[in-house]
Amino acid sequence: MQLVEEIPAYGEIKEIVEKHGADRRNLLPILSDIRKEKKFVSPEAAQVVAHLLGIHPVEVNSVVSFYHFLNDTPKGKYVIRLCKNVSCMLNGKEEIKKEIEKKLGVRAGETTDDKLVTFEEINCFGLCDVGPAMMINEEVYTHVTPQKANELISEILARGK
Amino acid sequence: MKKRNGKIIFSEYTPGSGLKKAFELSRQDILFELKTSQLRGRGGAGFPIATKWMLTAAAKSDEKYLICNADEGEPGTFKDRVLLNEYPELVFEGMVTGGYVIGAKTGILYLRGEYSYLLSQLNDFLEGMRKQNLLGKNILGKGFDFDIHIFLGQGAYVCGEETALIESLEGHRGEARNRPPFPVTTGLFGKPTVVNNVETLATVPHILLKGGEWYARFGTEKSKGTKLVSISGDCENPGVYEVEWGITIRELLELAGAKNLKAVQVGGASGICIDESQFGRKLAYEDLATGGSIIIFNKERNMLDALENFMEFFVEESCGQCTPCRIGNVKLLEAVRQMKDGGIPESGMKKYFDLAETMKLASKCGLGQSSPNPFVSIVKNFREEIFHKTV
Ligand SMILES: Cc1cc2nc3c(=O)[nH]c(=O)nc-3n(C[C@H](O)[C@H](O)[C@H](O)COP(=O)(O)O)c2cc1C
Ligand code: SF4
Repeated sequence: MQLVEEIPAYGEIKEIVEKHGADRRNLLPILSDIRKEKKFVSPEAAQVVAHLLGIHPVEVNSVVSFYHFLNDTPKGKYVIRLCKNVSCMLNGKEEIKKEIEKKLGVRAGETTDDKLVTFEEINCFGLCDVGPAMMINEEVYTHVTPQKANELISEILARGK
Repeated sequence: MKKRNGKIIFSEYTPGSGLKKAFELSRQDILFELKTSQLRGRGGAGFPIATKWMLTAAAKSDEKYLICNADEGEPGTFKDRVLLNEYPELVFEGMVTGGYVIGAKTGILYLRGEYSYLLSQLNDFLEGMRKQNLLGKNILGKGFDFDIHIFLGQGAYVCGEETALIESLEGHRGEARNRPPFPVTTGLFGKPTVVNNVETLATVPHILLKGGEWYARFGTEKSKGTKLVSISGDCENPGVYEVEWGITIRELLELAGAKNLKAVQVGGASGICIDESQFGRKLAYEDLATGGSIIIFNKERNMLDALENFMEFFVEESCGQCTPCRIGNVKLLEAVRQMKDGGIPESGMKKYFDLAETMKLASKCGLGQSSPNPFVSIVKNFREEIFHKTV
């Protein structure tokens, strides 16, 4: 059995935990930072966090699985999120979805083979007045059209890794 | 200069003035003004703010918390985004006032993860308030310490429910708690806690400056003041409007420049859908009570598409703790899909209405209690279209 201290990312994760304080109440901010740094919360990372907070790894996993923004499998360098709720539907999000899927060759929920881009449909993020709304990582785009989505993706693909 | 116009929240305001006024008043005076204003919670449940603050002020504890609920996840709602983006002074001064009244030292803004792009500007704003001594130690020299920090949600609609929100703040899954006990006595870390919506708190400085009596002159008999509504869908001018309670749906539609209409969903996914014959109804706690989401559908739209979308949302967002909600929403979604294929006759609907009733009665939190609303209202109000294929 591998000791927790021997997990490769141990030092890095310990730093994040200590920045927030090794306290259960800081679990979400800790996991959020890990996700930002590592793009996902790996089972090993969850184990380190659990060890440092003195809780069972299962508790960490159950929190990770609960929240949409925390993921335990890797995502692409770029995560494209398109709003799928009613207001954006009325504004034509379905056409944009088709365009993105065609351009990337993946379906919603999937990551491109080169691990560059993940495409997700997510629930309302409060831009219903300026929809269809889309996010690429933390960047927000409004009044998106299929053409605009196409251009944005071309830019990402050109930037590459 | 702010570009918006409104009678209360969107009216002229000098940053800091509401808070200065608050500290000229005693805690009792503030509670009296709020009681006179009859301001009720704008997060959906409509609980009187004066009562909530009074109960928390009266609770004996060495520690108390004031939480501003900025989880705003109801599809079709974006007014809190506008307040945080354009009127942070109102929200934060409302929070400090609340802390002062209930005797809390810590305020938390629970900001939904989807709004993380507002985080740095909000933190800058708080820093500015600290520099002006509107926040932090010995605020305005009055001997009161209070600070605010921002907690970023991680994507879960149910975390807008106040006890799920508290669970989330404690580092857990956002699963709603049984109530009672209520947060006013047993909230965050078991301490007395006020949870208020962004808009509720943003109204407080204006009430203190101009008086509860002045505020109560707006609105209707049972619904005082104004409401921010988030209008989206099939219209020329979507956006956030400040309107007096009592405004009719028809008047709202005129504001929004909406034509050729079939339906309006009032209150977001968990609200109800009305047809043209009901456009004379009023926004008010005594008629259409709402957190303020208005989604407009024109005559081209298929209401079952909309309903399917709403039910998919609830299936995904149910926390899964209790059976009526976890299973019930799935069953209702299946029914919608069957209806789309013409697979259920009108006579087959009774069991689904019974299920909806069970969900309303037996679900643990507001999510499962209100998720049947769009189902029941769309199936009832658009029965011709759904079962007799007139379109
Ligand atoms: C599923 C669900 C989601 C909710 N989401 C929110 C929300 O995003 N913002 C909010 O202020 N209240 C929300 N509420 C209502 C809160 O539980 C609570 O009543 C409110 O924050 C109290 O503040 P108020 O009295 O100022 O309205 C939600 C309730 C439920 C059941
Ligand atoms: S009603 Fe739904 S969301 Fe609420 S506690 Fe039950 S399962 Fe969870």
